[in-house]
Amino acid sequence: MDAIILQILNGLDKGSAYALIALGLTLIFGTLGVVNFAHGALFMLGAFCAVTLSRIISLSYIVLDDTKKDFLGNPTKIEVPYIYDWLGADTGAAIIDWSVPLSILFAIPVMILIGVIMERGLIKHFYKRPHADQILVTFGLAIVLQEVIKYYFGANPIPTPAPEAFSGSFDFGVLVGFDPNSIIYPYWRLVYFAFSMVLIAGVFAFLQFTTFGMVVRAGMADRETVGLLGINIDKRFTVMFGIAAAVAGLAGVMYTPINPPNYHMGMDFLVLSFVVVVVGGMGSLPGAVAAGFLLGVLESLASMGWVIDLIPGINQVIIYLVAIVILLTRPRGLLGRKGVMEE
Amino acid sequence: MFGLNAKDTRLLWIVIGLTMLAPFLLNPFPEGSELAQFNAGYPDLMQRFVIFGIFAIGFNILFGLTGYLSFGHAAFLGVGSYAAIWMMKLLTMNVIPAIIMSIVFAGLFSLIVGWISLRRSGIYFSILTLAFAQMSYALAYSVLTPITGGETGLQAKISDPRILDSNAGEFGRANLFGLHMNSSYELTIGRWEFTVNTGYYLAACVMLISFYMAIRIFRSPFGMMLRAIKSNQQRMNYTGLSTRPYTLAAFVISGMYAGLAGGLMVAMDTQVGPERMFWTASGEVVLMTILGGAGTLIGPVLGAGMIKYMENIISKINDSILHQWFSFLPDGLEDVIVAVVHPFIGKGWSLTLGLTFMAVVIFLPGGLVEGGQRLGRLFGRKSAESDKKTPPAE
Amino acid sequence: MSTSNFTRRGVLKSGAVAGAGLALPTIFTARSAAAFTNDPMGSSVTLGFNVPQTGAYADEGMDELRAFELAVEHLNGGGDGGMLNTFSSKALGGNGILGKEVKYVTGDTQTKSDAARAAAQSMIQKDGAVMISGGSSSGVAVAVQALCQEAGIIFMAGLTHANDTTGKDKKANGFRHFFNSYMSGAALAPILTSQYGTDRKAYHLTADYNWGYTTEQAIRESTEALGWETINTVLTPLTQTDFSSYIAPVLNSGADILVLNHYGGNMVNSLTNAVQFGLRAAEANGKKFEIVVPLYSELMARGAGKNISGILGSQNWDWKLENQLGARYSGTNAFVQSFGTKFGFPPSQAAHTCYVQTLLYADAVTRAGSFNPCAVVEALEGFEFDGLGNGPTLYRAEDHQCFKDVLVVRGKENPENEFDLVEIVEVTPVAQVTYAPDHPQFAGGNLGACNPGA
Repeated sequence: MDAIILQILNGLDKGSAYALIALGLTLIFGTLGVVNFAHGALFMLGAFCAVTLSRIISLSYIVLDDTKKDFLGNPTKIEVPYIYDWLGADTGAAIIDWSVPLSILFAIPVMILIGVIMERGLIKHFYKRPHADQILVTFGLAIVLQEVIKYYFGANPIPTPAPEAFSGSFDFGVLVGFDPNSIIYPYWRLVYFAFSMVLIAGVFAFLQFTTFGMVVRAGMADRETVGLLGINIDKRFTVMFGIAAAVAGLAGVMYTPINPPNYHMGMDFLVLSFVVVVVGGMGSLPGAVAAGFLLGVLESLASMGWVIDLIPGINQVIIYLVAIVILLTRPRGLLGRKGVMEE
Repeated sequence: MFGLNAKDTRLLWIVIGLTMLAPFLLNPFPEGSELAQFNAGYPDLMQRFVIFGIFAIGFNILFGLTGYLSFGHAAFLGVGSYAAIWMMKLLTMNVIPAIIMSIVFAGLFSLIVGWISLRRSGIYFSILTLAFAQMSYALAYSVLTPITGGETGLQAKISDPRILDSNAGEFGRANLFGLHMNSSYELTIGRWEFTVNTGYYLAACVMLISFYMAIRIFRSPFGMMLRAIKSNQQRMNYTGLSTRPYTLAAFVISGMYAGLAGGLMVAMDTQVGPERMFWTASGEVVLMTILGGAGTLIGPVLGAGMIKYMENIISKINDSILHQWFSFLPDGLEDVIVAVVHPFIGKGWSLTLGLTFMAVVIFLPGGLVEGGQRLGRLFGRKSAESDKKTPPAE
Repeated sequence: MSTSNFTRRGVLKSGAVAGAGLALPTIFTARSAAAFTNDPMGSSVTLGFNVPQTGAYADEGMDELRAFELAVEHLNGGGDGGMLNTFSSKALGGNGILGKEVKYVTGDTQTKSDAARAAAQSMIQKDGAVMISGGSSSGVAVAVQALCQEAGIIFMAGLTHANDTTGKDKKANGFRHFFNSYMSGAALAPILTSQYGTDRKAYHLTADYNWGYTTEQAIRESTEALGWETINTVLTPLTQTDFSSYIAPVLNSGADILVLNHYGGNMVNSLTNAVQFGLRAAEANGKKFEIVVPLYSELMARGAGKNISGILGSQNWDWKLENQLGARYSGTNAFVQSFGTKFGFPPSQAAHTCYVQTLLYADAVTRAGSFNPCAVVEALEGFEFDGLGNGPTLYRAEDHQCFKDVLVVRGKENPENEFDLVEIVEVTPVAQVTYAPDHPQFAGGNLGACNPGA
């Protein structure tokens, strides 16, 4: 029992990353009708916003220490961050420690800007083009983006730890009356889960309760009619693309302490996020979120020892197996609408 | 001729000419010259050109004609490869049984996958095929290791039984009734060197047959039916016609093409690894087809050639070669130019590939074939030659 | 019927053909006059360096390329000569190989066996390479080794750790300097028991592919022999990025040791996750909980950041070896000096093994007096050498595996810089990691005969 609860918790956490990426992808699908293969790259760019900010904060000058020699016999170089000089060593160290949460503030404008540039500069020319062309151009863009990141940051993962205060884990099981050590949960994963809930709620509230959101929803349902009403839907769609990019980027920023980011993390998530979106149903935002959590939980449950013993290899294929079963029993995924991307 | 109209016959003859003369056409630069780096006329790469050409031609029969975008075709290539290598391990190093069984097994597997996946259309279909391919990949890498060899894959070994071979127990080479796939003849003309390779010509002949059959399918009533499905499936259904058998047939045919490509890969190079089935491999054939021009006859072959060329030629250019090229420039300028070019070559070949994708799709919406058509129109009146080289296929 | 293949350079030699622009291309009657594939005819010889330049191991590949570049420079008499000065064999004189200038071509394996073979084929068929080296995974090494065997050239493996490379997939034309899973187990087990006690219960997370299987088996067998109990082994998918669902149940399983049989990105993520879940701080069965990573490279340690501190693992070589453990490991400082001077940071173990492999090949050719692969194989088989940084080393004839001391390392608590992430705990003497060629973990292979190609 406790093992199952444990895996459900893990699954929810994994699912929140899937849900956030799928949410952004669905926003783009639903509003713009574009198959965006560069969405994984946006997630990756978000993660590298965190890396960049922590590099900027800890920008250092070099002091030569003559008392120690490095491996070639030259004086050792010691790097001192400028921020230590400006704000004192304690405050400086604290700011560097908190660089990942701080990156949220940095990533929002950057990612919106990237999103808007992408939409205005490239994607908008592809609205009327076949999906095949959209796939080719966005896939090309994804490759270019990740190669640029690789050029500057290398291929190796870059450790980007959470603030010291969140780095440990706590015994969730004891709180609800299980044996000690039965349900352990890292603080940062809890933060990630909570953060994703807030973000998802924020996006839904924005679409539900603002006039802007109402117009966008109307546009998603019937773009032509909204256009006929004299509303400039294109401008709003640009903004939505920026928001979708920001959601993916923030998912990436907060993900960096969970796994050190590398340049191809976007590609790792790309296929998975498409599966999530389609299982949720094309064009359905609640569907994408629900499918994200569902697949996350099922993936975790399938990794339990006795399940693998029962069906060898199930942990390798569970997501795809579930996708097949759901698509065969529910033709348009969990909550998909008829006629979206069915041609 | 061949039961084709004049235009298609001309296209077929051009393709025959290009493939048969490929060892010469692809080695335009003399050996030892600075530009020899760009020569692609060595057996392995030429084999890859035609094999991926077959793969893309087959994929185009499904995607180009019916509009169904499969994202899992690499699985059929992989299944074909595994079937072929097992034939070589168990029966004989002769490539004939290997190639036949690769088509059979890929056909059967695509029948199952197609039968299930074609219940849905659009992106739902794409994800279903993707799911099957990813499951095949994951299982081949891990649980199925006894059959697939897992990460390290399968190779022909001395200890294989090879019950039909008289020389079982020795190291065998892939052959066609004793004709070794890797035997080559070198032709030196002046400073030029050309390699005429047995395996390449076998693969090229197979590709020509595949290409001919693709033309026949495109022009047949069956092909018309597939195109009708693409333009409006609903209307087809309303006329009381069941489209499933047609799409399923197209799916299985393209799966068999993929299996054939997999079998040929093993025939040319007796080794299989599971990453042949990874989703990026499925994505690659999609990109090849779109890059060349989906729905055109020659496009997918061009796309396949372009991607494989960049992967194998650009990735091998390194800084020391760059310095050689630009050594005629003054030192400072040389360094600047090398620094500018550096990100796009060697390890940056995928950056160049990504930029090429974007450039082609932005400026040539119909893919490389469209580019050819534009060129053709540009020079059409002045020279009939350039028009011939890249004829509109539809 | 002749069986000529890959004989571009070879044919160049035969004047009959060279002059024959008129010769009819009779496809299968061409027999080359050369005795072996790609016999270098001109004033230079070409080596092929096939490393991952894209994909997850690209940085490791770049470090290997640097080492190759350095080795070629030293072979051609440039630079400070590096390990040529300390190498026990004095056959090499800094005048290339057999007086021919060494040139090299590079390729991208993408860490995929198909791409690696394509790149290797192009080196053999187009560039006329006589030897191919490099690589950073066992799948690629096994694939390229088999190709070189067929084509008739020498393969000097780079970083490949699975038993299979010199076990069930060994080939006469292939040689491995790097150590393997069995040696990791044999070297680690005594240290693990002396550091953590003999009554430990281990939980294995294993990457679900060949390397993972052999490593898990090696560690399990050697630790169980010394009293440890293995309470569970769980296979994790290669494509897994988040290992939380595999890590979470460990603490409640009754285990007090977690062994992560993961490599590369898998290892960086699983270790990061394990530390997140508090395993480093936890206690189990009244003892401090410990994590073991059988094989990790400097780059992986860098990727894992401070999570690596205190983690025991094994390595083939480390740049601090000679400074800390003395002249037995001579060559180390010479190599570090020339590498560091040229590139500004110390070399990784991947760079070291690639550098050494290149030198060993060149030396074997020189001693044999021929580039003929069969002559090279003969010169390398049973070759005993010293002064290449690992102490006295043997290239065993039976399986073409090098036998030398194995390092047990630990992640440093307070690293001074990003290149100084591990400290050497102990060096396990070669006798302790040597095994019989027919050991069950290596069964099923057959070297076959050397193949000179043509």
